[in-house]
Amino acid sequence: MQERAIFAGFGGQGVMSMGKLLTYAGMIEGKEVSWLPSYGPEMRGGTANCHVTVSDAPIGSPIITNDATCLIAMNLPSLLKFESDVVAGGIIFVNSSLIDNKVSRDDVHAYYVPANEIANELGNLKVANMVMLGAYLKAMHPVKEGSVIETFHKLFTGAKEKLIPMNEEALKRGADCIVIA
Amino acid sequence: MAKVLMKGNEAIGAAAIKAGCKYFFGYPITPQNEIPEYMSRELPKVGGVFLQAESEVAAINMVYGAAGCGVRVMTSSSSPGIALKQEGISYIAGAELPCVIVNISRGGPGLGSIQPAQSDYYQSTRGGGNGDYFHPVYAPASIQESVDLMQEAFDVADRYRTPVMVLGDGMIGQMMEPVEFFEREAEKTEKPWATNGTKGKRKPNIINSLFIDPQALEDHNHRLEEKFELMKKNEVRVETFNLEDAEVVCVAYGTTARIVKNAIEICKNEGIQVGLIRPITLWPFPEAAFEEVSDKTKAYLSVEMSMGQMIDDVKIAVAGERPVEFYGRSGGMIPTPEGVVGKIKSILGRE
Amino acid sequence: MAVVFQKTKGLTDKPFSYCPGCTHGIIHRLVAESLEELGLLDEVIGVAPVGCSVFAYEFFNCDMHEAAHGRAPAVATGIKRVYPDHPVFTYQGDGDLASIGTAEIVHVAHRGEKITTIFVNNAIYGMTGGQMAPTTLVGQKATTAPYGRDAAHCGNPLRVSEMLATIEGAVFVERVAVNTPANIRKAKKAIKKAFEVQLQGLGFGIVEVLSTCPTNWGLTPVESLEWLEKNMIPYYPLGNFKSPKEEK
Repeated sequence: MQERAIFAGFGGQGVMSMGKLLTYAGMIEGKEVSWLPSYGPEMRGGTANCHVTVSDAPIGSPIITNDATCLIAMNLPSLLKFESDVVAGGIIFVNSSLIDNKVSRDDVHAYYVPANEIANELGNLKVANMVMLGAYLKAMHPVKEGSVIETFHKLFTGAKEKLIPMNEEALKRGADCIVIA
Repeated sequence: MAKVLMKGNEAIGAAAIKAGCKYFFGYPITPQNEIPEYMSRELPKVGGVFLQAESEVAAINMVYGAAGCGVRVMTSSSSPGIALKQEGISYIAGAELPCVIVNISRGGPGLGSIQPAQSDYYQSTRGGGNGDYFHPVYAPASIQESVDLMQEAFDVADRYRTPVMVLGDGMIGQMMEPVEFFEREAEKTEKPWATNGTKGKRKPNIINSLFIDPQALEDHNHRLEEKFELMKKNEVRVETFNLEDAEVVCVAYGTTARIVKNAIEICKNEGIQVGLIRPITLWPFPEAAFEEVSDKTKAYLSVEMSMGQMIDDVKIAVAGERPVEFYGRSGGMIPTPEGVVGKIKSILGRE
Repeated sequence: MAVVFQKTKGLTDKPFSYCPGCTHGIIHRLVAESLEELGLLDEVIGVAPVGCSVFAYEFFNCDMHEAAHGRAPAVATGIKRVYPDHPVFTYQGDGDLASIGTAEIVHVAHRGEKITTIFVNNAIYGMTGGQMAPTTLVGQKATTAPYGRDAAHCGNPLRVSEMLATIEGAVFVERVAVNTPANIRKAKKAIKKAFEVQLQGLGFGIVEVLSTCPTNWGLTPVESLEWLEKNMIPYYPLGNFKSPKEEK
């Protein structure tokens, strides 16, 4: 198994954190992982993205070009920019709260997740990324959900500990969006 | 010790502290800023000193001062910042002081870009400062290797009284991968030459690279040369991969080597055998590795994130026995496995 | 027979490489005597510059570093941060300190590094052959200002002590001269004081010493002393610009 995911959105949507959580959870499971962020001026208010690889075998290149198994697009520029980087048969997750467009390719599968709406229902727009991650984990299961929960407990400590229940709930609500036929 | 997920830049800082480095002098520049940031946070906790200098020039000269005092000291920067440090690096090499310099390099020339590049190969391996000198250059390809090589870099620096460079590209600096810090005792080296006050018990120690008498300087240069030869003999590090039946042998270092490994996999699936020589030390260059190549190999392919710099060392190592081809991207553009495969096929006439 | 004068232990037996009549030798002796009298020779670490005093590491009888041109304050910073309990000094000329090394001297003061700088100002580049320095006086001839320094073309001479005195971290700043026995005595006092300020951990200290360069000025040693008095002191007034408060 080798999962090569691109997480993309604008700054502040928590796309780096989504990638880090997946990477961390993969490490907990003893898998080979890498997380490669975009960096520099494009981070300042522009699009942010990270490339995450989770693999059973040692990882060659940590860069994902034209061979993403999946794309998580949190805003429209991200969908337009990275849509073509997904392999045929790959999966694209679209944040339908902010993206009206449909995926233009017919050789990939698309899931539309109203991440912002669900996050608002939960009372915190900031967990939109976790809604999306929940949907992604349910559909692709590159790591077990339990590993992600374990990661929450490792990363959210001290004052942040109280954020865990809401993040867990966000994962669950995202997962509920995915109906696998 | 369990694996931890760390950004390359932070892992480099952590490895330095584990190697007994207590002094860091630096100046901000992207994409290496997490190194000074990490050191400013962590060094005071171990009784060390982090100091942000007014410039790269000042930072490397602070390193010179601290190294002359006999302690483990480092600096880090990125390409144009390293260019400014070259003056000090030359003095450090001339005065035979141990220190570690990290270059998380970026595209050039000039201000260039902040994206990953390998266009500092000449700058790193040819001793970009003035005079007859070389210093070891380590080129890690993963965060784990960055950590391991940092610890080795400090030992080698002390052992040979030499500056040592660790050269990573922006990817190495910014990427997160799991790392494990293997407990290892830092090599203990006596430093009777260090300036720490005579205590009235010895003659003054002088840290110096000035030899105004031509004969004295030539003697000094001969002595340095002996040291360089010793390092060439003992400190070469290289990984070879799939050389036995390779029709083409790629030569690549750092993260580029990982891209090449993906390309090798693609070729294998198409029935083309491709090998890899990955220099881990860029200086000393692993020339002996080229002798392991079999008769089946038709050509070499130097793959770099530059317009072609390491290819010169490949040509020296190959000494005209086989063609040496080049494939590279520059300016922060990153070679793709498909691009490398395409070049390999064109070399073999199998498009 | 009673000993009435003895060479300081702060200097080695190496004969000075300075030109006849040059006052570097006097300044070396004042620094060395101060170190000896304060009992610092076993602990002190000095930094030599690039310029006429490039060989200072051969003359001072203590641990020394030879620095790149202008970088002595940065080198001294590295040393002091490793050995905060050791006295550290730099000995620099005006090309070294006031031209190529301006960033380093400003920032060593800015950080309030607890080091002492002896700044020898002779208004010219000596070692390289009498080129114009930032400190060269208006109208003064130099090999790169053959018609005399023209302020409209290359500015007015830089007053380093006045500039550094504005910096918070510089706690002791004094300009002295070594052209007369009286001035030499004052210079010695200032140099010693600057080291004491360092020992008290109060901050950065600098003593600017007006010095002669008979060779490049094209004057005899005696004429040089007079020239310094008549031309340099009016532009570079002697005196203390800054001293730790409790001492005033």
